[in-house]
Formats: sequence, C-alpha cells, structure tokens
Amino acid sequence: MANSKEGHIVGTSAPRKEGRDKVTGAARYVDDMVLPGMLYGATVRSTTARGKIKKISFDPRVAWDEFVVVTAKDIPGQNCIALILDDQPCLAAETINHPEEPILLLAHADRHKLRKAVEAVSIEYETLPPVHTLQESEKQSTIIWGADNTFKTFLVEKGDVDSVWKDAAHIVEGEYFTGAQEQLYIENNGVIAAFDPEHGVTVWGSLQCPYYVHKALMALCGLPEDKVRVVQMETGGAFGGKEEYPSMIGGHAALLAMKSARPVKIVYDRMEDMVATTKRHPSRTRHRTAVSKDGKILGGEIEFVIDGGAYATLSSVVLSRGTIHAGGPYYWPSVRIRTRAMATNTPPHGAFRGFGAPQSLFAMERHMDRIAEVVGISPIEIRRRNFLKPGQTTTTQQTIHENIDLDQLLSRALELSDYHAKKKHFAVENKTRARKKGMGIATFLHGAGFTGSGERYLNSLVGVEARADGVVRVLVSSAEFGQGTNTVLCQIAAEALNLPYENVVIAQPDTTVVPNSGPTVASRTAMIVGKLVQSAATGIKHTLAEAGLLSEDYTPEQFRAACREYLAAHGPLKSEVRYEAPPGVYWDDEKYRGEAYAAFAWAVYVAEVTVDLTTYSVTVDDFVALQEIGKVLHPVLAEGQITGGVAQAIGFALYENVVWQDGRMVNNQMTNYIMPTSADLPPIRVFFEQNGNIHGAHGAKGIGELPMDGPAPAIVNAVEDAIGVRFHSIPLLPEDLFHALEEEPPVASSSLPAFTRGAR
Amino acid sequence: MNSSGDAKTKCDVSFTVNGEVKRLRVHPMERLLDVLRNELGLTGTKEGCGEGECGSCSVLLDGLLVNSCLIPVTQADGSNVVTIEGIAAHSLLHPLQKAFLECGGAQCGICTPGMILAAVHLLEKKPEPTQAEIREGLAGNLCRCTGYMQIFEAVTKAAQQRVVR
Amino acid sequence: MRADPADYKLVSPGSLQSVLALLSAEPKQWLPIAGGTDVMVLYSAGKLPNRDLVSLWNIPELRQVEVLPNEIRVGAACTFTALRNHHFISREFSLLATAASWTGGIANQNRGTLGGNIANASPAADSLPALLVYDAELTLVSIRGERRLPYREFHTGYKQTALEPDELIRDISLPRRFSGYISYTRKVGARNAQAISKVCLAALGRIANRTIRDVHLALGSVAPTPLRLNETERMLSGKKVEPSLFEAARRTVAHEIRPIDDIRSTARYRAAVAGNLVVEFLEKLAAESAHS
Repeated sequence: MANSKEGHIVGTSAPRKEGRDKVTGAARYVDDMVLPGMLYGATVRSTTARGKIKKISFDPRVAWDEFVVVTAKDIPGQNCIALILDDQPCLAAETINHPEEPILLLAHADRHKLRKAVEAVSIEYETLPPVHTLQESEKQSTIIWGADNTFKTFLVEKGDVDSVWKDAAHIVEGEYFTGAQEQLYIENNGVIAAFDPEHGVTVWGSLQCPYYVHKALMALCGLPEDKVRVVQMETGGAFGGKEEYPSMIGGHAALLAMKSARPVKIVYDRMEDMVATTKRHPSRTRHRTAVSKDGKILGGEIEFVIDGGAYATLSSVVLSRGTIHAGGPYYWPSVRIRTRAMATNTPPHGAFRGFGAPQSLFAMERHMDRIAEVVGISPIEIRRRNFLKPGQTTTTQQTIHENIDLDQLLSRALELSDYHAKKKHFAVENKTRARKKGMGIATFLHGAGFTGSGERYLNSLVGVEARADGVVRVLVSSAEFGQGTNTVLCQIAAEALNLPYENVVIAQPDTTVVPNSGPTVASRTAMIVGKLVQSAATGIKHTLAEAGLLSEDYTPEQFRAACREYLAAHGPLKSEVRYEAPPGVYWDDEKYRGEAYAAFAWAVYVAEVTVDLTTYSVTVDDFVALQEIGKVLHPVLAEGQITGGVAQAIGFALYENVVWQDGRMVNNQMTNYIMPTSADLPPIRVFFEQNGNIHGAHGAKGIGELPMDGPAPAIVNAVEDAIGVRFHSIPLLPEDLFHALEEEPPVASSSLPAFTRGAR
Repeated sequence: MNSSGDAKTKCDVSFTVNGEVKRLRVHPMERLLDVLRNELGLTGTKEGCGEGECGSCSVLLDGLLVNSCLIPVTQADGSNVVTIEGIAAHSLLHPLQKAFLECGGAQCGICTPGMILAAVHLLEKKPEPTQAEIREGLAGNLCRCTGYMQIFEAVTKAAQQRVVR
Repeated sequence: MRADPADYKLVSPGSLQSVLALLSAEPKQWLPIAGGTDVMVLYSAGKLPNRDLVSLWNIPELRQVEVLPNEIRVGAACTFTALRNHHFISREFSLLATAASWTGGIANQNRGTLGGNIANASPAADSLPALLVYDAELTLVSIRGERRLPYREFHTGYKQTALEPDELIRDISLPRRFSGYISYTRKVGARNAQAISKVCLAALGRIANRTIRDVHLALGSVAPTPLRLNETERMLSGKKVEPSLFEAARRTVAHEIRPIDDIRSTARYRAAVAGNLVVEFLEKLAAESAHS
C-alpha cells in the first residue's frame, strides 16, 4: 500500500493486519495453545432454576484426590463477578437463581476423566418457585431479586405528554415483542489461566475487554492490580457475547489455577456455551401515540421492558441504550418513556450487538407502519413527516447539530431498492400467486460510544510508541475479533505519521503492555479510540520535532533515523493520550436528558421478501442497506460490518428461536438453533454516505452495531405488505404465520405450550 | 493428548497429511479432528460445534470435503488428508487465500480454514461455479461475521483468476 | 466432546462376510458405522449407548451401484454424493438424487450413506419418502443368507426396523418403471440447507386423459416412521385431476398422518403443510395433464 505525501491510507482497503495468519490457519486461538503441565477445567452446574443447595455428593468410585476441586469457600477475594452491581456470584454458595448456575469447579489432566467426574457429582436442592416470564416478574407475587424483581428503571420525559391526547386526531397503540438471541460466535468461550505467587494470575482468553476481566479477577482473587495479567488471544467472533462473560469463565480458570498451581484451560463445547452463557435480552414494548390529522406525532408514551435473567450484570446499560433509542429518528414534541429491566430465573442475559436498540427500534419501526395505516398514508410518507431535522431535539433533548437529511436518505434508499416499481408490480402479481411478495422499510439511528458521561467515566488511555527501526506500535486494549480493529487503528496511526501502513503494528492486548483504552463495545473503537490513536501518533511526530530531529516533511527513512537518535539520547519514545470529553456536552444522569451520544449514524434499510403460503415461510430476496456513517475508513471492512450485521439481524427476525423450558434453553445445539447458511441470505447491497463527524477519527462514526437495528422491522413490515397481516413479535417463524393465517387469533400468553417463545 | 485407558485398545493408523506420512498409535474412535489438532499439532482445523453443522472442522479426505469431527480416525487409515496448513504452497498463498484477503472473506477467522477448504473443494469440482453453486458448495460452512457476501466475492474472484490462468 | 474414545472399540474387518460373522457371533453387541454422520453426532454428545462399533466404510461390495435391465441396485454404503452424481439415478430416480442433495451440506453428503439413512430410521430422514414412492426393495444379509424385503415393510415403529440383530442392509433395489411418471418432491425445513425436515413429500403420478392412473405419495416427519399415504392414494386413484379433488385429498392426508409437536415445529403446522404439499403436487399433475 503506497503512501503518498498527503497520506490517504485511511479510506482505502489496507490488508488486514492478521489476515494472512487467518487464511493459513496460523492464527492462534485459545484452544490452540497448550502450556506445560496444563490441566483442563470444567464446571458443575445447577440443574434447578431456583432453590437452595442441600447436599453435594461425590461418587466414591471416582478417585477424587486426583482432581482439583474448587467451591465458593475457596475464593480468596469476593465471591462475585465484579461488573456494575456485583450481585452475581462466581460460584453459587447456598442459593441457586438460574439453571446451569456454576456451583463448583473441577480440574484434571485428562479431559475425559474430567468430564466423567462432572457427571459423578450429584447435588440435592430444596427447590423454590421460579419466575420464568416478564409478566410473572412484574406481578411481583414471587420476589426473586431485590425488593421488587427490578434491576433498573429509567424515566425520560420531554414536553407535556398528558396534554397531547385531547388534540389528537388519532391515538395509536401497539405492543411488540422480541425474543432472546444467541450470539453464536463460531469459537466457543475459552480461557487458560496460570498462577504463581510471584507474578500472580495470568489469563489468556477469547475476549473483548481485557480490563473488564482484569477488574473482575482483582476482586475475585483478592489480588492487586499488578498481580493480575489478562491477554487477549485471537478471538473467533464475539458480538457482545464475550464482553462480560469472560470474567466468569476467566475467574473459574483462575481459581483452579490458584488452587492447583498448574495452568488450567477451560473451553466450553457448543452445548455448554449455548445453555450457560449470555443472550440478547428479550423485550416487550408498548406504544401509545397521539397523532395529528396529517400524520405528525404530537407525543406519546413508550413503555420498554427487558428480561435481564437472574442477575443484574449489564441489564442497566442495555436498558439505557434501549431507552434512548426507543423514539427512533423522529421528532417527538412530547414523550414519556418508562423502562424497566426485570429479573427472571434464567441465565443472565447480556451484551449482543445493538445492546437494547434492536429491541426498542423494532417496536418503533413496526409502530410507525401502524400509525401510517391508521392515518391513511404510506409508511414512506409517515416517516417523511416525522423525521428529525437539524436543529430539532431528540427524545432526550439532544439537539441535532449535524446536517443530516433523512428525507433525502430515504429517497435514495427507495431508488436503490427500486421500491416503488416493485411494490406496484407485486400488488398485481400477488393477486394470483401463492408466493406473495412485499417491500418493507426501516429508518433508524444508532448512537456510537458510551452513553452520556460514559466515555468520561471510561477515561480511556491510548499509547503509541516508536522503535529504533522506525516501526511504530499502537498500544490499546481494544480487541480485534473480526471487525478490523487492528487494521483500522494502524491505518489511522500510519496516516497521522505519514508512514507506510506496513511500518505500523499493533500490540496484542495484554494488560501488562497496553493501557486501558476502554472495552471493545458500543461501536466506539474506530470513532473514539481511533481519534485518540490519531492524537497519540501525532504526538510522536511532535516529540521528535521538538527534539529537533524531524522537520515538517520527512521520509520514512528520516523518521527511522530520528527515532534511532531519540531513543539513544532520551530513552523510550512513547506518546500517551487520554480521552477528553468534548466541551459543551451535557448529560443529566438523573433526568436522562441531554447529549446522549457524541454521534449518531443514520440509516434506511429496505427489505424485499417472499411469503410462501404453502410452507408459511418468509425469505428475504433482496436487501438494501444505506447508511450515513461519517467517514468510511476502510471500504472492505465497513461493508463487511454491514453485511455481517444484516445477516445476524435477518436471523433475529426469521430464524433464531431460543426454545425455553423452565428457564433453560433446550435447543442448545447448532442442529436446532437455526442461523442462516449461505443458501438462506439474499444479496445484501451496502451503500454509504459520509457527512463527517467532528468527534470521530477522520470524521468516522461507529458502525459495528448499526446494522443490527434495521433489518428485523423492515422484514416484518415487508411481510405485512405482502400478505396484509400484522405481526408484532420476532422471531417470526413459519409456525407463527401459519397460526395467524389459518387458526384462531393468538391465545393468551399463559396457555402457550412449552415450545414457543418466552418473551411474551 | 489426554485419552485415558488401556494402551492395548489403541491401534496403529497411518495416513498422509499435507503430503507427509504420519504413523500413529491411537484409539480407533478418536475423532480425526482431535488427532489432527492434538497428536499432529495441526491446530488450523477448528471445532465449532462437534455435530457436523458448522464446517469449521472441514478437511479434504482423499479429495473429498468432510467434517473431521465426524470421522473416526481409523476410517482415515491409508488416506490422504489435506488441512488448511497444506493449502498454501510454502509461502505462496493459494489464489483462494489471496482472494479471501482482498475481498474481506475472513473477519474473525475461525470459520476461515474450513471455508477455504470448502471453496477449494468446490473449485476443483466446478472451476466456473455460478452464484447458486457457490452458495450450495459453502452451505455446510457457517460464518457468523461476514454475512457471506464477501466470501462469495472471494470465491468468484479466485475462480476467475484460475480461468484466466 | 462428551465421549472417551478409550471406552469404545471400532473394528474394521474389511469384508462383508467377516462383518456378518461378527454380527452373528455377538448379536446386539456391534453397532455398524458407515459414514458416521449420525453415529458420530450421538457419540460426540455422549449419547451413544453402544461401546462396540464395526466399520462398514471400507467394504467395496457395499458401495457398488449395479444397473440392471429392470432395476438399479444401490449398495448400502453408497454416499449421497455418489447418488447425486450417478447418471442413471439422477435421470430415472430424480427424487432420490434430489433428496441426496438435501441431506446436510456437501461434507455430510460425501460421508452419509443411503443404507445408514435407512438403518438409522429417523422419520425425518430425507431419502426415505423417495424410496417409499419408488417401491424400493431391500436386500438384507446375514451369515444365514439373504432375503429381499419391500422397503415399505422395513420400518415397524419409531426407530424400529425389520432388521434382525445379525443382519445388514446390503443393497437397495429401485425398479426401473417410473419413466412417464410425473415426479415432485419438496422438503420443508427451518432453512434452505442443513435442516432437519419438518415435513417432506415425495410423490409420483401417472395420468392419462386427466385421470390419475397411479399415484404414490410418501411423507417424512409426520409419523413415527416415513409414511406411504395408502389411504390418500386409494382415494385419488382413478379420479380426474381438478380443483374439487384437492380439498378431499387434503382431508384424507390429515386423517392419515400422525404429526407431533417437537423442538422443531408443531403438529398443526406439519399437518397443514403436508396437506399443502400434496395439493401442490396435484396442481402440478393438473398443469402437466393439461398438456397431455
């Protein structure tokens, strides 16, 4: 990749830094690593959803003295997975709150003996009545968490909602549901831990946030900062599923390593990973909207409730994002948004790409089509009349300063998808065909970075250092797990320093080597961490210039010479930059009001579907994804993020159903949890607009999660267009279509048989 | 390697892996996947599901694409196995590997070895595949990151290059 | 991986006779394994009760496909890939070739065998409805000799078959008398590839003067065994193919099948879709008979 005087590495598709290793099988994931003397670890888990442990028995036919056994009593520090509320135990001591809750840990050198030993531990429980649905939890007749089963609530108020109803020409109500979704990274969760009294604990793992694990291990193991080391290995997919969970599995391996003084590897198989680890929060949203005669939203009430599972973990933050996105990209003169995260006796739900926004935006975008129908105008027109415009405020009263034109974005998406012509054509064709076709749209936004004062709280620190040979190394805790972290951050540094891309490398995230640049979540890496990398890289240049070693224009050879001289004279050449909140940005955490995000990306997605009335199945035939994302830093990677996110969201909408029984996932195999194959997905056509962003590196906005928000409602809107039936719940399975088309109206939730979703 | 039990229930197996003959003493019901990874240190082949659904464990066995998690090692006795480590010709990447790099076919990389084997197999059987044939040829390899589009591009690109050659 | 390989035996005698001798010497002890695409999944999940396995993978006489004047004999260890690629099978028994292309992905088709699909006896197996409508016959062998059994008599209950403990399926005979038949097959699964079927229909029909002279219908996943729709066939035989027939057919189908609710789908959905598929087949017959 040649480097011109002006740079221009950013904006090109530079080779993936770790790409060659990945295509040759040389990339090292956790299970590829073996340490001398290593043991394997496994977890004995609860078979009941709620209760008290009465007795633990160890089958005497097993030679237990060969095994390392760890229970809650062995925990040197606090028995919790430190995150936000610290209510989740690392190992259950007396009380069980969900199926598959970890109770004790075993380790042995022989994997097979280990597995048999897990089966040889029997546990007796005194069971307690469990809560398995949102309704049961809200009813609060059985309290399973805190005083009222409620992890968190938010209230957002704007304008004067109580006064809008009397002037409303229409009052439109709706109730919308989304189910749990499994992240289904193709590499299961896994870690290796080692311990020695001198260095403390080291954990190598498949993970997104080395410093989250670091913090959790300090608390669990009772060790100081410099006696815990966390290293991220090549990670085979994450999507949020390895944001907080690695603290749990890492904690387990660390405890076994501490007790045995041997390295311990814990790698889940697919069945264990699916049944025991986090999933997307199921949700229920209720809308009640006052609309004027000509289709303008006057105001409304939105109630958004998510099922957090048995412990708080990240539910408050998921709720936060879902709350802030609940109003979509529309202007609400008045609104009241009431949201809650509730407890149920199921393994805690957790982070998954989108993080609350796909749930509340599904509801908003379905509801917009409903409003259109009531008002008597098209789904296109209703949105045009309500889009946020520059100068207006969002539901949290954040003023939109950027020059976004959603009207034009929508027009462009309609043109790219041939929407009008197709709709007209289908209306005719559908009269005589058993395969009905329809078009649906979704218009939405996604805020990048941590909410409000979150980035200030994270206080990210980034480093860039230069070596004597002129190679520059980026030092961040931001993890690569396919999205292109390594590549993009090196591009940014190379461009800032006007060096060839090949002269920039990035350190493996190791908490003894890299500073804490924050977790790799919330679509913040390119935008926020990237900007810090840019500053830090620039800092290297300035240091050399100030030392009189580098002029304003320089060649890579001159840079190398300057580095060599500097290091010889002064020692290490390193530049560190800490995040600074942009001035004039105000967020009120009490009233949940103000500048929620430094930047929003905006999108219009269009789905073309076929509904086959012979099999009641829906297929997506074509998909257009148009988004305004500030700046495309790397065309191939950016496109890859969108197509990958759209594919996952198509799964969310039509294929991926978690079958629950007594709080436990029973279809925990890839045979029975259905994600789309290459034979199922449509051509996904991706288009970008780039309006810049003052807060992001090179004007970039975050895009990792954006594509998760739009496809599901666009698809369900398209299904309604095709067959005239309104669906309010995803996943939308053929059995649901059949039921709606051929049987009685949906029955009340309490009488749903076991094999249907639990979100209701 | 960590299987317990009697040495006398093991048996002798020999097969060629990436051109080299390997002779092993293993339990006959060891999965070929585990033998490749643990006995032979060829960790490029991955386990994603253990049920023959995800294709991460795909290898070529006597020229046929198979899921190595479903093959008892004795059934590979006398066979010719090719894993991802055997696809590049020393440091020269196979056209498919190059195309995956250029088109963004690999993101997290965990499905990539199996996906490349499946693509190699496809192009050997169908040097000029249609889009539908590409989709079918790769339908047994799940990718959670890419949404497949850039993988199809990579296979199409590699096919065109081979045709040109 | 939830099984310890050290606990299992896998022997590969390498000839049909030696396998049969083993099955006879220790009946019910040895589980035959061919391509392993069913057995190994159970094994990995720790759900395989058998400890002793005998490999059929390396037995040449089980892989042959013999093309005879009146029938094609497919060796039980013929893989789905081989079935798809076989000139005569894809031409004369297209429903079987199509079913083979639906069974898992390419990697599983390279290993899965027709005999294994039959012996595993899952009512959801893709190739079984096609075998039923083609009036297949099985040759079962043991050291005691061989016998031929109409395939429709093979499945006696859920995962129960007519195989004696010392018997193997040696080959599957397909009578070459279906040219001139209109064929139809459709599988309904949770996705387009690598899906266990929720409903699967294989159908053959011969019409003359818009009248059904002969019709064979078989469904998978709607009963404990793959099901030949005898009642529906009787009802349809001799009738004119016209829309008024379709609803009667749907009702008879609903009467014959015994679908269940399970982890993949519901009984009501299966019943409705089974009826829809049969009607879709009849519509095809109607459309094609309009040209005859």
